[in-house]
Amino acid sequence: MVESLLKTVDIYKSFAGVQALKGVSFSLKPGEIHCLAGENGSGKSTLIKVISGVYAPTSGHIEFSGRTYNKITPIEAINNGIQVIYQDFSVFPNLSVMENLALNSELADNKRFVNWKRMRKIAEESLSKINFSIDLDLDVGSLTVAEKQMIAISRALMFNTRLIIMDEPTTALTKREVQQLFKIILKLKDQGIAILFVSHKLNEVFEISENFTILRNGEKVAEGETSSLNTDQFSYHMTGREFEAKHFIPAEISKKPIFEAKDISLSGKLEDISFSLFKGEILGITGLLDSGRSELALSMFGMNKIDSGTFELNGKVVKIDSPQAAIENKIGYVPEDRLTEGLFLSQSIADNIIISVIDKFTGKAGILDNEKREKEIKLWVEELSIATPDPNNECQTLSGGNQQRIALAKWLACNLDILILNGPTVGVDIGSKHDIHEILQNLANKGLGVIIISDDLPEILENCSRVLVMKSGKIVSDLDAKTSDEQAILSYMM
Amino acid sequence: MKTNFKNIGSYFKKDQHIKRLIVMIIVWMLFIALTKFNKFYSLLNFQTMAAQFPEFGLMALGIMLCMITGGIDLSIVGIANMTAILNAFLLLALTSENGSLPPYAIPLVFVLAIVIGAAAGLFNGLLVSKVKIPAILATMGAGELFRGVCMALTNGNAVSKFSRTYSQLINNKIGGIFPVQLLIFIIMAVVIWFILSKTVFGTKIYMLGSNLKAAKYSGLKTDKLLIKTYMLSGICAGLGGMIMLANYNSARADYGSVYTLQCVLIVVLGGVNPLGGKGKISGVILAIILLRMLETGINRFPHISSYYISLIWGGVLILIMVLNYFSENKKFTIKNKAA
Repeated sequence: MVESLLKTVDIYKSFAGVQALKGVSFSLKPGEIHCLAGENGSGKSTLIKVISGVYAPTSGHIEFSGRTYNKITPIEAINNGIQVIYQDFSVFPNLSVMENLALNSELADNKRFVNWKRMRKIAEESLSKINFSIDLDLDVGSLTVAEKQMIAISRALMFNTRLIIMDEPTTALTKREVQQLFKIILKLKDQGIAILFVSHKLNEVFEISENFTILRNGEKVAEGETSSLNTDQFSYHMTGREFEAKHFIPAEISKKPIFEAKDISLSGKLEDISFSLFKGEILGITGLLDSGRSELALSMFGMNKIDSGTFELNGKVVKIDSPQAAIENKIGYVPEDRLTEGLFLSQSIADNIIISVIDKFTGKAGILDNEKREKEIKLWVEELSIATPDPNNECQTLSGGNQQRIALAKWLACNLDILILNGPTVGVDIGSKHDIHEILQNLANKGLGVIIISDDLPEILENCSRVLVMKSGKIVSDLDAKTSDEQAILSYMM
Repeated sequence: MKTNFKNIGSYFKKDQHIKRLIVMIIVWMLFIALTKFNKFYSLLNFQTMAAQFPEFGLMALGIMLCMITGGIDLSIVGIANMTAILNAFLLLALTSENGSLPPYAIPLVFVLAIVIGAAAGLFNGLLVSKVKIPAILATMGAGELFRGVCMALTNGNAVSKFSRTYSQLINNKIGGIFPVQLLIFIIMAVVIWFILSKTVFGTKIYMLGSNLKAAKYSGLKTDKLLIKTYMLSGICAGLGGMIMLANYNSARADYGSVYTLQCVLIVVLGGVNPLGGKGKISGVILAIILLRMLETGINRFPHISSYYISLIWGGVLILIMVLNYFSENKKFTIKNKAA
């Protein structure tokens, strides 16, 4: 048996009385691709931080290449060849690709003067290790997420690296970019570098990893070879609940469309988009990241002003040139990036829920009517079972799934006819994802027209009755979800 | 926000910041009581303080409002002086030969002060919201512009020699005890407290301050809200200018030039988050009072030069911010650990 590269033995970690890790042991062999899975709050991040030396374990120890450490410092971890690539990649967006790549080694060598030639050479060498080519003088801030990730990986490889820990590396990537990433991961494996892949996306875990460890509430609940695991077991281990995957069948779909887009164009982004949405259905829109799917959503919500074309609501032409106009026409939009666009994180849960309808709670002269306000808040906290002891707590005290429910509650309070959701379950754990899908299906059954924009194809196929596939700003296909599958959709997307 | 009125006691316990300011005021008052009791604790001294702080106190309230939206208003002193100079010209024109003013003059100058302040604020608001210039640059530029207007109007000279009636009226003590300046400050403070905690507009500017993008996506008319906020700030500054006009019995382009920075510091000291979204008027008012008491108290020690006041004031500010950092950080680590 090959000697293990990394071993954690019976790691306990508690913070101020909260047990984050309870006796976690796992091991990793050189060149192994290992998936660490678990829902938000399961202790994944804490475990990574113990391995990389950010946290010292309360008890237990780490063995690295046979050497035992009771605790490891970040520098020791780097010297032992451990590199962590965090979700935000820790790149410097205002510096060039070359500077980003060469800076660390320049600093490590204690160089006092900048030698541009040497830096260029270092940068070129590190990129060639993963066969990635890019203009070295570009600002990293102008790159796509996938390119930034490649930069982060190349940078991680510069230090005689033996283990790369990737924290949710695929979150912001499109399907194609994920495939490229996986190719690189396999190449690194061939070089004997072990990868610890942190994820909660099922299909990725199955596709790439050889072994898995699943954490739940700080405990290891399952481990083994990925080939011996199936989807249902995986979901069960992650959540401790069993789910039935079933295709949503709308209760009643109206004969006449509730909303129609006719020949919508936006220069350089959208071209002659036409489609209709019926009451009671969930319509899926999918496509690659640059296919124009988000631009279309923003146009429907009045954030992008369209160049030509019309929107019709119940057969009447309406002008949607601002979010206010969209809301007046009973159209709501749950944005792609919950944290920066959807929520007021430092404000109370209560205010987050009612902000769009707050004008309804005014008495005379714009004075807040507290009684009405409280009633409305209570209604939505209960309706969407938002887990909070007090709605006056800050929104950021909640988990991703609960935050997304708040984003939903905000729009439901507006009493909408049409709800557009962009990536409704990105960064949400399996349990909450299931609950959010259920909420959306109930909404459709109550007579809303729901549009889900997502590149999570299983999500689209499970919930939507029709799927529009977009490519380069055009709708290339209108599919019936019942008779379609992921392969068919992918072939239109690419 | 509702909790503040339900139970004042628990509210102060919850709000570290307010508690800390109160403790500092009490410690300072005790220190003065032990060392210079007679020179500090007199009605006259408190009346003097109460007549002095409203001029910059009002400006600080304006900055607070802008800072809650995530911006700042650095043009307050410019607005105050512009208001004071324009009204000084008006008073000069209205002053009759025997040195008296017609009865409508006083209400007229105050209405005009509000109009000038609001107009200047509108200008700031348009720059910040429509032209999307960062507030710090827009209002700094506007402040210079207003100062330039003042200079052009006066050639840098003081405008005085208008009827003393105005200054006398504002420097009056109601019932022989209560300074009129303080009354003006209290009225404005109550108005702003009411706006922030009881109206929809107040809630909206807090929300906007914590996330402008999300506010847009929630259908808030962010431009309009910002413009209104800067107009309110302009009105505060205009009224501050009217008190300066009365306190100095003249108006000049460079009066109160230290107030800009001082007011920003007061607002931060009062617990308003410079990034927006957080801050209460109670904290800002306590910070204003603390500053005034420190300065007056130090003046009671003749052997401490008044040059030390900046030193001590700066020290207090840094101390408060360091304390904030540690208490915030403690909060943060607990939060992280719980997650």
